[in-house]
Amino acid sequence: MAEAVLILSIVVATLRAATPLLLAGLGELVAERSGVLNLGVEGMMLMGAAAGFAVRALSGSAALGLLAAILAGIAMAALFALLTLRLLANQVATGLALTIFGIGLSALTGLPWAGVPAPGLAATIWPGLAHAPPALQQVLLLDPLVWIAFAGVFAVDWFLRRSRAGLALRAVGESAEVAHALGTSVLRIRLAAVLFGGAMAGLAGADLSLAYTPMWAENMTAGRGWIALALVVFATWKPWRLAAGALLFGFVTIAQFQAEAFGLSLSPDLLSTLPYLATIVVLVLISRDATRLRLAAPAALGKPFRPTD
Amino acid sequence: MRLEKREAPSAAMLWVAPLLAAATSVVLTGLLFTALRVNPFAALRLLYLAPLASANGVAELALKMTPLLLCALGIAIGVRANVWNIGAEGQFTMGAVAGGGIALALGPAGGWYVLPLVLAAGIAGGMAWAAIPAALRIGANAHEILTTLMLNYVAQDILSWLVHGPWRDPQGFNFPQSRTFADAATLPTLWGTRLTPIFFVAMLAAPCAWLLLQHTTAGYRLRVAGLAPAAARYAGFSARGTVWLSLLIAGGLAGLAGIAEVAGPIGQLMPTISPGYGYAAIIVAFLGRLEPFGIVVASALMALLYLGADGLQMHLQLPLSLTGTLQGMLLFLLLAADVLVANRVVWRRAPAAAHAPGSMR
Amino acid sequence: MTNLPRRSVLAGALATPALLTRAARAAAPLKIGFVYVAPIGDAGWTYQHELGRRALQAKLGDKVKTSYVENVSEGADAERVIRQMAADGNGLIFTTSFGFMNPTIKVAHAFPKAKFEHCTGYKRAANVATYSARFYQGRFLAGLVAGHMSKSGIIGYVAAFPIPEVVQGINATLLGARKVNPKATIKVVWTSSWFDPGKERAAADTLISQGADVLTHHTDSPAVVQAGEEKGVWTLGYDSDMSKYGPKTCLTATTMIWDQYYIKRAGMVLDGTWKSTDTWGGIGDGMIKMAPLNKAVPAAVAKEVDIATRAIASGRFKPFFGPVLNQAGKVAIPAGQGLTDKQILSMNWFAQGVEGKI
Repeated sequence: MAEAVLILSIVVATLRAATPLLLAGLGELVAERSGVLNLGVEGMMLMGAAAGFAVRALSGSAALGLLAAILAGIAMAALFALLTLRLLANQVATGLALTIFGIGLSALTGLPWAGVPAPGLAATIWPGLAHAPPALQQVLLLDPLVWIAFAGVFAVDWFLRRSRAGLALRAVGESAEVAHALGTSVLRIRLAAVLFGGAMAGLAGADLSLAYTPMWAENMTAGRGWIALALVVFATWKPWRLAAGALLFGFVTIAQFQAEAFGLSLSPDLLSTLPYLATIVVLVLISRDATRLRLAAPAALGKPFRPTD
Repeated sequence: MRLEKREAPSAAMLWVAPLLAAATSVVLTGLLFTALRVNPFAALRLLYLAPLASANGVAELALKMTPLLLCALGIAIGVRANVWNIGAEGQFTMGAVAGGGIALALGPAGGWYVLPLVLAAGIAGGMAWAAIPAALRIGANAHEILTTLMLNYVAQDILSWLVHGPWRDPQGFNFPQSRTFADAATLPTLWGTRLTPIFFVAMLAAPCAWLLLQHTTAGYRLRVAGLAPAAARYAGFSARGTVWLSLLIAGGLAGLAGIAEVAGPIGQLMPTISPGYGYAAIIVAFLGRLEPFGIVVASALMALLYLGADGLQMHLQLPLSLTGTLQGMLLFLLLAADVLVANRVVWRRAPAAAHAPGSMR
Repeated sequence: MTNLPRRSVLAGALATPALLTRAARAAAPLKIGFVYVAPIGDAGWTYQHELGRRALQAKLGDKVKTSYVENVSEGADAERVIRQMAADGNGLIFTTSFGFMNPTIKVAHAFPKAKFEHCTGYKRAANVATYSARFYQGRFLAGLVAGHMSKSGIIGYVAAFPIPEVVQGINATLLGARKVNPKATIKVVWTSSWFDPGKERAAADTLISQGADVLTHHTDSPAVVQAGEEKGVWTLGYDSDMSKYGPKTCLTATTMIWDQYYIKRAGMVLDGTWKSTDTWGGIGDGMIKMAPLNKAVPAAVAKEVDIATRAIASGRFKPFFGPVLNQAGKVAIPAGQGLTDKQILSMNWFAQGVEGKI
């Protein structure tokens, strides 16, 4: 029984650690499939985290908090879209500037909410969580955002492969010029994809500030936006591989902690390289088939599009 | 209003656009300060002028821009060749580790050869770290965006492990710092400031990078690989060569930046040696339009933004986050203004055709 | 506060040390600068120093003018910021992170008239004093509470890096817990980061899953305390009183109170009695305080903690006192002996009962 609970808790801890990476990654994946590279994920996540926490503290409603986080992410993404889609500014530089801006603005606007305690999402939904039996507690800890993240994998996968709009989005990401010539509204699709990326990054931030570590603290994402970006490349722009990558990354981190708690004698610094090394090793293993990889990468990624006629 | 592509980039706008952006930023920043009930003139002065008000301030600016410049040059060469090196941070760290390791191994030994050896080891360390993603890209087709980013974290962990363990100062109460480097392994400082000669090396690296890109066969191949990969393959240019060359140059430059930091103003190895220079350098590279001379200007500007933040906190008690927000705003404006270089604004209703799907509106 | 007269801004921008003679400063308030390693935030190491600065400003009012720079990287930036503070005429400068040690010494050499105070370091000069607190005293008391409250006898410890200050805390917590439960053990998990709420949370979850029923942390966020509250597991806070993050489960916290020290040292500069000293305060000096015990702690335990607190404060009892064995079972502190301050300061061994590796 005790071992079963231990295994269950490792599974739950892995799922929860993977959730923010997966949420942000799914949004970025869709944006990149439309041909837009937005390196501002970290900044959008932080704005989502700050806005989500603030609105929840003001309104008392976690649902409104989540909504605010999504809107904050969208607002940041809209800024990015204005610069890159409309003014044709460089996507890489604009994305990085968005991160610098988001780190600063979230800290500035979040200042009144630093140090306001709040219960986590799971404890809000299940008030008796702290006293539930261990196995049940683990299951209840899987808050709605975890389910949303993994349901999102199905949804995005279906959207990209089966829906008309998804087909158009992929076409735009492969060649904006060809898609345009066929009468597809390139900029509108890219705008939608970028805003979706912002919404998901905002939600990922809210997963941290409302569910996983319910608080607002400056720079609390601690680099998860960057990991999410890397996982999209790792996933070769495929939702299922993204889920696998996020779970792998989460699991290796949890496994490192488990090993240490069991008293494994290894340097903590060297152990903490494991998630990064594991990601590289798996990437190497899955990247060897060069032709398939080339097919997977959106050909127009990062290239601006200007309607010519 | 719509944008129309110029037939050739506007030479005038090349200069006017950033100035326009800077002016707009100053006005917006001033308005923001006024809204915050801060004297906008005092604040703007602290932000942009005070850091340069003394010779020491100018030297600090030059010191701060050195790692940004070195890393950004390498990144730009890579991007021009379509090699996405996000790993300057890790290459910087491993340069510091390799060069610092030599400095520690030589101990108090003196001699003219120590410093060149330390610097060479730093460059080699950065190159070696950059060689890993190069090899993985060539040998295993693994995308360098991911491998270089992951290796940044690994490099930081290696540095942390070394200073917490094997390289810890035996006289240092087990605190995570190495011994301070011997004088022979430390860069000389100039004019009583903290500036080291590496600044001039970095300034020299810019024209060298320009020469490489514009006037050598290797540079030509790099640019063709970046602009038209298919053409490069057709012309028989080796993709391997491009990846290796651009990553090794970038790694060497970042490694030099790293060793210059620890053998210069820091003087020892410690867990934190970079406040994110490798990442900031990516934005510097693009802000400088991937042109070596543009990067010189951009790195000076970025360094100025860092220094200005100190003064706002010290004198006006404005939080660091406000400066971060202002920095983001200025960068947005600079990037947006660049549109004017390649485009002209047309103040008329677009022709009917532009209303077809895909128009800007 | 933010509307500074322009004159002083100009002075700040252009002043060189030579211009700011003592005579010129005599009438003006003493300028005091603080250099922080992290954003101030609302809890944690830097926040406690900021509370001290505010207390100092409130207490000495017009006589002093304090300022700070937050989030200063420990690399090359530190020296520039400290130097700038000295050049701006700050007569007393507190540098509040270990990594600022060498930069502080370097700048102090160039500004012999300014006074410097470096927190947690060991290098001093005529115008550089050092100060720190005996965090381990609070840790021992927290361990005492943990020993009573733990059923499994397993205490989970989320720590950032194995530096002596962290190692002292782990050993002191174990020795405190073993005073009441000789079989108590500590499981240590390393996050390799001083601030990463997500990682701290995952580490806390891991420790709970391995049977720890009291958790503590040596990292900068309240994530571990929150994890305990969510899962109904006892926690012990660190740096700041974190009970608001765990009203039901946070038992107490080891907090650092710098207020009195800062007021005292600023007063000494004002009346000209400042000297370079090495201060290592503890519970007796009010530098370490335990946050109020949670209601869940039985009265008998509270009383025991109170007695131990007074014994430590008076110096009658030392947490690091033999016999103590190390992990290998060898004698680390011989019976009947204590450790010297130097031995405590450079501690790099774990006591028997700690599971984990330095």
